[in-house]
Amino acid sequence: MTNPTAMQVPPRDGDPEITPEIVADHGLTPEEYEKVLKIMGRDPTFTELGVFSAMWSEHCGYKNSKRLLRLLPTQAPWVIQGPGENAGVIDVGDGYALAFKIESHNHPSAVEPYQGAATGVGGILRDIFTMGARPVAVLDSLRFGDLDSGRVRYLFAGVVNGVGDYGNCVGIPNVGGEVQFDRGYEGNPIVNAMCLGLMRHEELITAAATGNGAPLMAVGARTGRDGIHGATFASEELSEDSDESSRPQVQVGDPFTEKLLLEASLELIASGAISGIQDMGAAGITSSASEMAGRGGSGVELEMTDVPVREDGMTPYEILLSESQERMLVVAHPGREDEVREILEKWELEAAVIGQVTDDGKFRILENGNVVGDIPALPLTDGCPTYEREGIESEEVIALREMDLTEHMTEEGDLTKDFLLLLRSPNVASKRWIYEQYDTTVRTGTAVRPGGDSGVIRIRGTKRAIAATTDCNGRLVYLEPRTGAMAAVAEAARNLVCVGALPTAITNNLNFGNPLKTHIYYQLREAVLGMREACSAFETPVTGGNVSLFNETDGKAIYPTPVIGMVGVIDDVSKIIHHAFKSAGDDIVLLGTNSGEIGGSEYLYVTSKLVAGNPPSLDLEAERLLQQAVLKMNHEEVLNSAHDCSQGGLAATLAECALGNGETPLGVSAEVDEDLAPIVSLFGESHGRIIASTSPENTERVLALAALYDVPAKRIGTVTDMASGFSIKVRSGSVQARMTDLAEAYFGSIPNIMDAPTGSEA
Amino acid sequence: MKVAVITFPGSNCDYDLFKAAQQVGGDAKFIWHRERGLNNYDAVLLPGGFSYGDYLRAGAIARMSPIMEDVIAFAKTGRPVLGICNGFQILCESGLLPGALMHNTSLKFESKDVMLRVDRTDTMFTKDYKTGQVLRIPIAHGEGNYGADDETLEALEDQGRVVFRYVDRDGELSDEANPNGSLNNIAGITNETGNVLGMMPHPERAMEKLLGSTDGLALFTSMAGSLQPS
Repeated sequence: MTNPTAMQVPPRDGDPEITPEIVADHGLTPEEYEKVLKIMGRDPTFTELGVFSAMWSEHCGYKNSKRLLRLLPTQAPWVIQGPGENAGVIDVGDGYALAFKIESHNHPSAVEPYQGAATGVGGILRDIFTMGARPVAVLDSLRFGDLDSGRVRYLFAGVVNGVGDYGNCVGIPNVGGEVQFDRGYEGNPIVNAMCLGLMRHEELITAAATGNGAPLMAVGARTGRDGIHGATFASEELSEDSDESSRPQVQVGDPFTEKLLLEASLELIASGAISGIQDMGAAGITSSASEMAGRGGSGVELEMTDVPVREDGMTPYEILLSESQERMLVVAHPGREDEVREILEKWELEAAVIGQVTDDGKFRILENGNVVGDIPALPLTDGCPTYEREGIESEEVIALREMDLTEHMTEEGDLTKDFLLLLRSPNVASKRWIYEQYDTTVRTGTAVRPGGDSGVIRIRGTKRAIAATTDCNGRLVYLEPRTGAMAAVAEAARNLVCVGALPTAITNNLNFGNPLKTHIYYQLREAVLGMREACSAFETPVTGGNVSLFNETDGKAIYPTPVIGMVGVIDDVSKIIHHAFKSAGDDIVLLGTNSGEIGGSEYLYVTSKLVAGNPPSLDLEAERLLQQAVLKMNHEEVLNSAHDCSQGGLAATLAECALGNGETPLGVSAEVDEDLAPIVSLFGESHGRIIASTSPENTERVLALAALYDVPAKRIGTVTDMASGFSIKVRSGSVQARMTDLAEAYFGSIPNIMDAPTGSEA
Repeated sequence: MKVAVITFPGSNCDYDLFKAAQQVGGDAKFIWHRERGLNNYDAVLLPGGFSYGDYLRAGAIARMSPIMEDVIAFAKTGRPVLGICNGFQILCESGLLPGALMHNTSLKFESKDVMLRVDRTDTMFTKDYKTGQVLRIPIAHGEGNYGADDETLEALEDQGRVVFRYVDRDGELSDEANPNGSLNNIAGITNETGNVLGMMPHPERAMEKLLGSTDGLALFTSMAGSLQPS
């Protein structure tokens, strides 16, 4: 079965002739087209060209990222399924396995925010339940421009509505995520959705097409003309007119069908009537069938006229490349097709045999029995050219990083006023406006809801729980990609230990600009290298993820944003802790030290609209010890709360601990004696710091445990009652405020912007 | 207590209700909406979710499911029928309860914990609560704004059929405490005979301290207790 050659196929009536222009329109370079000719041994037909175009797009073929991704650590004893499947799978104990993955829907969301975001959630849910796991939680990681733009508010509102409506309807709780607003995302919002699913080990199923003659079935929704060439579209830069002209490439979601498909798929898998199942996601039938053939080392033959379609007259090209949502490709065991049909019928969905697995290694397309496409399957999936490009750091970024910030660090302003400004910044302020539109409690498993450091879902019938978080500060990655990516991994791990979870594995979403530009490729390479170092240090292998490149509008790229979706395991749900302070009279302990930088901070952005300076340094060994120390403290149950110190710095973190969810705020009386300018002490965003609270009788033990792990630790103050207000003294200055003012700034900010009647700005 | 949990296409709280019924010792079964026959059950639960995607109007299509004829017949026997969230919407659409649930006044999906006041403790769903007790229960809905014509509303109030109202932490009615714009802060009502209860909040999500509240538990123990042979 080695190197099968393509058979001769006459051009199909009505299909356009292959010209260099048509090849270019399909996103293939002349060199890539040469490679197609070599694989085929002849000119491809129009249908075949469409198939190559989709499979060799960045979205499906990872041609600019694959060589870098191979550098990431992917193994650990608890990894059951690494990269290459629909989702990664890890062991989480007591016979349970967790499937999880993150995926982007940036391009569609830039054009049609509601549908773009909704279908993003739909796609990631399908990646999880095709592994045999029941989705139990969703997280969303979002980036937008500044909210003073009407267009940005429209995108933000639409995306949140889309994420919410889809997940709410299917009934999967949203347990966390993050959002950042910065002019760096003005033209290209980032919409990444992560899903977690639970199963028993024995329920795992993979997506390989094996068994000569096994029937291939299309199940779920019918195939329509929507989303044709979405994968290729997602691999291009946007321009001003992307808005209108690209709408047809955006898919439309139906969460109701998804819910039925979810139940039907899990029932199908449990029935044993099928041997493989895969989502028809990006590049639809083309990618699902060819990838399943590739994994199974087999071939497939598909009859286009047997595919259930929404409208008459669809060509093989359209059927193959449609990205209609809520569809699955299933490999049934021969003779059990009727069982598949019955299960789908019970859930009021369709199933149709559309082809079969073959042993000739070909991806063959028939129309009324006539061959209209005949492609060697393995070269189609594995032969996608991969590139290693030159990466050179941009002079502009170097200049920004080396900018002298002394003036900003030593400013003699009103610290309390700056502090309130910072709390009011949508980047720091409460994200309640978002997650109150998401069902967070359906399925009765949510032990920690959004608003804390990580979301937590208990595993019913055990003492265990799983925790998840998504993190990345794109500004830091922009200013120094390697450290920035390490910081994203480190912050994710800190967020997990703050609820008492052991960091276990990650899925990543690499959101970058156009990798053909040397300075973007530099960002991509450096970020992957940083991620590699951090993941190795923390023993959190990468089990899969997604790459979204070409996030540029009119030549301007987003900040490099390698979003880390990290999962962790909690052995005993009774030891879960939260970020909010629990009782007045508790001691406040700061773990970690301030390394003294202000570069890339929210303070600079809020006060001077600057994204510049040296971002905080990162010590991976210190981070690892900090994680271990906090887990040990949690294990000994000497902590009453723990909260990662990140955007907004120490002052904002203390405010979040005191405000909690806003129902029963407490006060803070703290004093931090560091040899640093007040602005740096209060608002600097040094990594490797956690704010914990303890009952006074446990403080000594907490400090002793910190010392045992070589973690710098200091009691910096006391939790007080709300009436006593909020006070932090630093070496030469202080912040003093009433809790009601903090609450108004923190909780009121985003609602005030989003729900206020607005003018006609667009 | 034999409990039927009805699953419509798009129901997504059926599993949660099933577990809640089990937690109070109920023998729970899922009943698919095309199945028939509820006579062997002691209680019928209509779960939350998005039956038929909430297309047309929440609950409007589900009420035409075959099983609804049986649910209506079951209700007439005086045995308990509980509809939560989408289940409440279906009960209103099917005529087992009066009024309708419209879009929240915010026009947004609202998901958070709310405070409910128990105004009636003489129903088979609330006898384990104290009158005026304030409960913390999650809501998660886009169409929970209870509305009815003046006559219906007057009848509901006169007959004391409003079982739960949205209140503040002190148990007082206020607009701020009302998450969806419901008339008279109505969160849950019964039919005239008191055996059909519809409510928007989710007591089945407030059954364990780990999940944030145990205030929903007494609703299920009340129901189980009412069904004990006396």
